Amino acid sequence: MVHLSWYLTVSAMLFCIGVFGFLTRRNIIMMLLSIELMLNSVNLNLAAMSHYMEDLRGQVMVFFIIAVAAAEAAIGLGIVVTLFRNYRSVHTEDITKLKG
Amino acid sequence: MVTGFSLPIIAPLGPEIFLAVIGCAVILADIIWNEQRYVVPIVAMAGAAATVIMVLKASGISFSGMYTVDSYSAFFKIVCLLGLMLAILMSLRHLDIMGVKRVGEYYSLMVFSCVGMMIMASATDLIVLYLGLELMALSVYCLVGLLKTDPRASEAAMKYLLLGAFASCLLLFGMSYLYGTTGTTDMAQISKAMAQGKLSGNPAFMMGLGLVVIAFCFKVAAAPFHMWTPDAYEGAMTPVTAFMSVGPKAAGFAALGRVLMEAFPNAHSDWMTALIIMAFLTIAIGNITALCQTSIKRMLAYSSIAHAGYALIGFLPGTAEGASATMNYLFIYLFMNMGAFAVIILLQYKGLVGEALEDYKGLAKTHPVAAGLMLVFMFSLTGIPPTAGFIGKFNLFMAALHAGYTWIVIFAVLFSAISAYFYLRVIMLMYMYEPEREMKLAPSGALSAVLAIALTGVILLGCYPNGILSYASKAIMGH
Repeated sequence: MVHLSWYLTVSAMLFCIGVFGFLTRRNIIMMLLSIELMLNSVNLNLAAMSHYMEDLRGQVMVFFIIAVAAAEAAIGLGIVVTLFRNYRSVHTEDITKLKG
Repeated sequence: MVTGFSLPIIAPLGPEIFLAVIGCAVILADIIWNEQRYVVPIVAMAGAAATVIMVLKASGISFSGMYTVDSYSAFFKIVCLLGLMLAILMSLRHLDIMGVKRVGEYYSLMVFSCVGMMIMASATDLIVLYLGLELMALSVYCLVGLLKTDPRASEAAMKYLLLGAFASCLLLFGMSYLYGTTGTTDMAQISKAMAQGKLSGNPAFMMGLGLVVIAFCFKVAAAPFHMWTPDAYEGAMTPVTAFMSVGPKAAGFAALGRVLMEAFPNAHSDWMTALIIMAFLTIAIGNITALCQTSIKRMLAYSSIAHAGYALIGFLPGTAEGASATMNYLFIYLFMNMGAFAVIILLQYKGLVGEALEDYKGLAKTHPVAAGLMLVFMFSLTGIPPTAGFIGKFNLFMAALHAGYTWIVIFAVLFSAISAYFYLRVIMLMYMYEPEREMKLAPSGALSAVLAIALTGVILLGCYPNGILSYASKAIMGH
């Protein structure tokens, strides 16, 4: 039997990897991937808690999060495409027209 | 259990469902009446106006307590819908000038984001709150990046999306811990679980609370989570900026207020400390950074950060008086900020003229009416009587004083005085300099209507302040 705290530890580690990746990566697609990692760590958290508490709310929320994450990724990649057309780059250091 | 199944009562959701249908109708209208320019905005406008009437009539609780339609939510919904209507009116001519071809997607995204805001205002369950938030945020990301060939717009949209998505992740991670420690996502049940004790020192619960508060501070642009605001405001088209500075902010405050007062009234001492620090930082950073801006849109972005700081003060005491002062302030902020942005749109004829502060030099000589309107809105944003901005700040500070937060009020008043420098600088440029170049205005009937509504709002609310404040406090009492 796998204890709940193991799931929570894995999910916390995944979340931290996501935060670390988001803050250190300079490629926008990698930043979007880090966001997906964070969202999936939340899903793992919710599914594990839901299973151990024998309550379905958590799993319902997981479905919603998956759906919203898909929409977010679609919009994010769409903006990446317009960005690439305008700047010929998807690296944050090249995209610096707005400052102040 | 199949026999016990029954459809939820969806009557309280009438306005939201109707507005979502309008969002779809706008796209259809764009396909059918492609040639006529004004059919689409008229559909959106009429839909929003009808929704206001429906909001005033709707009440009740739906989806077994996940969705509450009360006067508190109705107040915020009306602020968001008014913001939507004013933004639609502002956009009519501006979209032609900016060369936007398909207007259907523009107006439908605005309508859908307004549906998201309305859902946020009514959500009493964390799941519904998250869904409303994302519907609002995803639509606004698209709106910001709508000018696909403008590098500034796509950069602004990308920054907004990345930081907004990051904030959503923090929110969800916090929610998952709240769910794990309380066993529910319903706000009233979370409050009940807290009242039974055991949770107050629980680190997982405290982390969840902290992350949820931080995520909302991201959404309302409170420092130190405000970095996306100036870029997103500057890169977006001006009507979108005006819409973003009012609607999502009001919805963020609605959700924050409900979470703090409905789910965590028992953790008041914990979140209050965090909010005090953030209010201090927000007011200081917003006002000081605004001093050295050269673009008026960036200046108004920092000013909107500072105003978010003032509005946060109202939530500090956790009392009805404070919350109604914040609601009152957001309502007033709607008029003065929309008015200021409408003047900027009036000046944007071709290209980016009207965005640099230099463009306002000598405006009073060439276009006295536009300059006079800007004068009123800048006075109101500074908080000078008899404009509405003064009343809003006065009520907020009185509420905080009654609750004993003397120091933060002194601090806020001092920074309010500092803010006079950059607001009055615009007035000085308009009235005390000679015009440097010919400026053409881009007037239209709709834009004049926006300016007239904003001016009436600022003056009327400044001279007769009691009506809206008593409505706001009644809304809180009913809730």
